[in-house]
Formats: sequence, structure tokens, C-alpha cells
Amino acid sequence: MCGIVGLHLRDPDLEPRLGDLLTTMLGEMTDRGSDSAGVAVYGNPDWTPAGSATVTVLADLTDGLDARTLATRVGDHLGREVSGRELGATVLLTAGTDPQTLASAVRTALPEAVLVGLGSELAVLKGVGLPLDLASGFGLPGASGWQGVGHTRMATESAVTPAGSHPFSVGPDQCIVHNGSFSNHASVRRELARRDIHCDTLNDTEVAARFVAAQIALGAGIDQALAEMAGVLDGFYTLLVSTAEEFAVVRDPIACKPAVIAETDRYVAMASEYRAMAHLPGIDDARLFEPEPGRVYHWRR
Amino acid sequence: MTVTPEQAFAPRDLGPVGDAPTAAPHVIDVREAGLRETNRILRESDGTGRYLLTAPRGAHALAVGLTEPDEVVIDGPTGYYTAGMNDGAHVTVNGNVGVGVAENMMSGTVRVTGSASQSAGATAHGGLLVIEGDAGARCGISMKGVDIVVGGSIGHMSCFMGQAGRLVVLGDAGDALGDSLYEVHIYVRGRVESLGADCVEKEMRPEHHTELRELLDRAAVTGVSTGEFRRYGSARTLYTFDVDNASAY
Repeated sequence: MCGIVGLHLRDPDLEPRLGDLLTTMLGEMTDRGSDSAGVAVYGNPDWTPAGSATVTVLADLTDGLDARTLATRVGDHLGREVSGRELGATVLLTAGTDPQTLASAVRTALPEAVLVGLGSELAVLKGVGLPLDLASGFGLPGASGWQGVGHTRMATESAVTPAGSHPFSVGPDQCIVHNGSFSNHASVRRELARRDIHCDTLNDTEVAARFVAAQIALGAGIDQALAEMAGVLDGFYTLLVSTAEEFAVVRDPIACKPAVIAETDRYVAMASEYRAMAHLPGIDDARLFEPEPGRVYHWRR
Repeated sequence: MTVTPEQAFAPRDLGPVGDAPTAAPHVIDVREAGLRETNRILRESDGTGRYLLTAPRGAHALAVGLTEPDEVVIDGPTGYYTAGMNDGAHVTVNGNVGVGVAENMMSGTVRVTGSASQSAGATAHGGLLVIEGDAGARCGISMKGVDIVVGGSIGHMSCFMGQAGRLVVLGDAGDALGDSLYEVHIYVRGRVESLGADCVEKEMRPEHHTELRELLDRAAVTGVSTGEFRRYGSARTLYTFDVDNASAY
């Protein structure tokens, strides 16, 4: 199982409602995965202020540690002010620099923390528990933004931990959520390690995210990166891949896992099942279709 | 997509459903009544009822396991297994349906005015399933006697291991149509992407034109000539033991 939802807005008037619409989508997919969940929101001015970089980490906040002390540690390394805020099990660290510079300061200053998202537009929030409880802990219903993706997990390939929850974001402003499983992720993980690309978890989807990010870093477009991935990773999947410009959906070559897309002048929405989109404005007049197997569908901002 | 009970039960919406009940329509708001209560009301009906289900909002397993010839109109898109195991009821969905519509139907009619997801009519033994739009992958997989008429196109691996019944497609068929086919008669008006193992094109003899005409009429499809279709069926080489394979055992 597992459930996927995504909303790519075309109409700026809908942006204040992004988090609210996404929360209902996520809640509707609880039946497909209730052990953990996560979301990624693009362009929320509160979480990812314009002109700054944001890194999301999972860190052990016991022993008197809080988001502020983590931010101070990173700030001391970076030589500039870093702000920190705690949202559910995740901590957002924001600074007026570029995402890679902030990410390397985080890795040095907080070696025990797991970095689960980086970018200038992207906030990744994830955890273990019921999707709607997590969404409420993140403050998702009140969040604005121009694009969001979400995942409800029924774990099969790795442990039920916040780090094993989707989305997986390993390249700047990139994000992957996955319904299905990859059967050869262990051997692909070893291949990547030989190229000095390392995973933080034993999760199969993280391997796909690392693979796709490596292709994009080499200059591939999203279509090409996903086509390369389909040639190397074996398994069944529906994937939703997003970047600061794009929103893409691909299913495995025999379309084992469900996917429905709804397109209107105001948005492109994607979900594992129609019922996750039944509340979207104008859904009765949307162009609804199921993506063909093995074909990459993508929309540009 | 909101209709009044009068519109919902106008003959044009129902198609040919035999001796239609004439009782006053009973309107059930699925969101208010809930799935279990909705299905309980339908299941306890005596076969003379007419039901209009509103606000289905993609719910799974709506109108499943009905055993009486009631008329049910669902106004809006539904989720998985809509009208599954139907045995005699006449169910119309105004909208799209999810995976496995009319799966394992025994008798009755299921009509979808929109498109259907994967595995429409899977393993169904009897009755008539009409999908006015497209059907996704594996339409009619392992069908065992149902008649399926699709107004649009069907996806890959359709009619896989189809055992009995008829599948009529006015549009195109995806890859591997009729793979490992037994005795289903397949009629396709458009292009077939590829045929599955042991599925071959066969001649349209007079009895096939007659059979196809009768199916199109029952599905209320008009303006189409049977001469526009090609027929596909089993080459019957896979389902008997081939002595050349004896060494594999």
C-alpha cells in the first residue's frame, strides 16, 4: 500500500489554501498507510523565507536540546545567524546563504542529525504516527505555498522511523514520494556508494532519490533522470517527483500501483486514489486520467 | 454532477435494464449515511426499489453484493470495487469508477458513464458491464462469462486468461490483449497495440456479426456497424498439454 498526494498550483489565489487542501488529501489516504507520513511544501514564506536557504533535520531533542540550540551550533560554524524552529519531529534551520553551504555547516555542526531536506523553496516535514495528527503538529492546515506533496506510509522495506518516512529530499529543492517497493535497492545502494554517494537510511526509496538526484546533478532533466532510474531500479512503483520548477509522475512498466491525475486551469493534482481529490475546488470539471505505465508526465511552473 | 431523482431514473440514463422497478426513488446521501448504512439499505431491499446515491466522493465498495433486481444510480465518481459481486441489480454510475468495478459480477447490469480504472469486470461470471469512457489496464482479467462493452479504449493486459463471455471495445486496445486466453470472444473496433500469447485474430463469420449486434444493442450503442470490428480469440495452443514440454517435468 502507501498513499501519495500532490498539488501543483497554477492559480496564485489558491496558494493560501495549499496546506489546508493538502491536509485533507493526506487524511483521505490514511487507509493506505497509517504508520508514518510526511509532506513537502514549496514556497511557504514562513517556513522558507525568500532569499534564504532552509535545511530540515531530524535530531534527538532530548537532554535539553531544542531547535534554538541546534541553530546556534550551526550558526557558529557558518559565521552568520541561523534560525531554528521545531515542527513535529523535524527541525527547520534557515539562514541567508545557499542551500549547499547551509547543508555542509549542518553536517559539520550536527554530525548526529539526519538531514532530510534542503533548498531555498522547500520545507520537508515528516514523522511517525497518524497522518492527520502529524499534519496538525506541523501546522500544515494553515500553511500557504505553491506546491506540495505528501505521503502516507505502510512500511515494507525499512523500519518505521521518522527518517524512513517519505518524502525523500536529497538534492536541492528536490523531493520524491513512492508507492511500491524496489527489489534491487541493496545492490544499487552499493553501486552508488562506490561513486561516493551515501544513503542515510536502509529505505529503498532513498536509493531512488539518491539515484535521481545524481542524474540531475549531472545535468539530466527530470524525464531523462526517471528514464535512467527505470533502467536500473527494479520493482513496482508510482513516483511523484518535484523540484522548484517541476512536478512529475511516473509508474512502473506494468502499472502495478495506482495513480490518478486531475488537471484544471487552477492546478494539477495527483493522488493514489480519486477520493483524495474529491474536495478540491472545481474537481467535477477537472480532466481526470490515469497515467500510462512507464511514461513520465511532467508539468512546469 | 447533481441530478434530480427524476433525471436519474429517466430511461435514457439507465439503458435497457429489463423490467425496471417503478417505486418512488429513495435518495441516500452517502456522505451523511456512511458506507455501511448505505450498503445495508441496498442489501435489504426487496428488488422493487430505486435508489439515488449522492455524494459518493470516491468511496470504495459502494453497492456491493446486491442480490435483487433493484435500480441504483450513483451520482458521482466512486472508488474501488463498485457494484462488486452484483447478482441481479442494475447499477449506473454517473462518473468515473476506481479499480475493479463489477468484479465477480454474477448477473444484472452495471453502467459507468465515465471511465473505469484497472481490472474492470475482473473474474465476472455474468451480467452486462458497460463503460462509456475508457477502461484501464487488465479490463476483463479472468472474465468467466460476463459481457463487457467499452465505449472508449482499454489498457494493457486486458482479458488476460479470459475464460468465457464477450468483450467489445469501440476504441483501441493496449499491449498484450487476450494473453493466455481461453474462450472469450473479443471484438475491437480500433487499433490493437499487440496481442498476448495464444491470442489471434479470427474471421468475423455471420454468427459473430449477429452476436456483436445483439451486444451493441443491449449496451445501447448506436451508429456503429459490426463491420467496423475485428474479432480476436484463442489459438488454443496453450491450454492443452504439449508433449514437447514433457522433459520440463
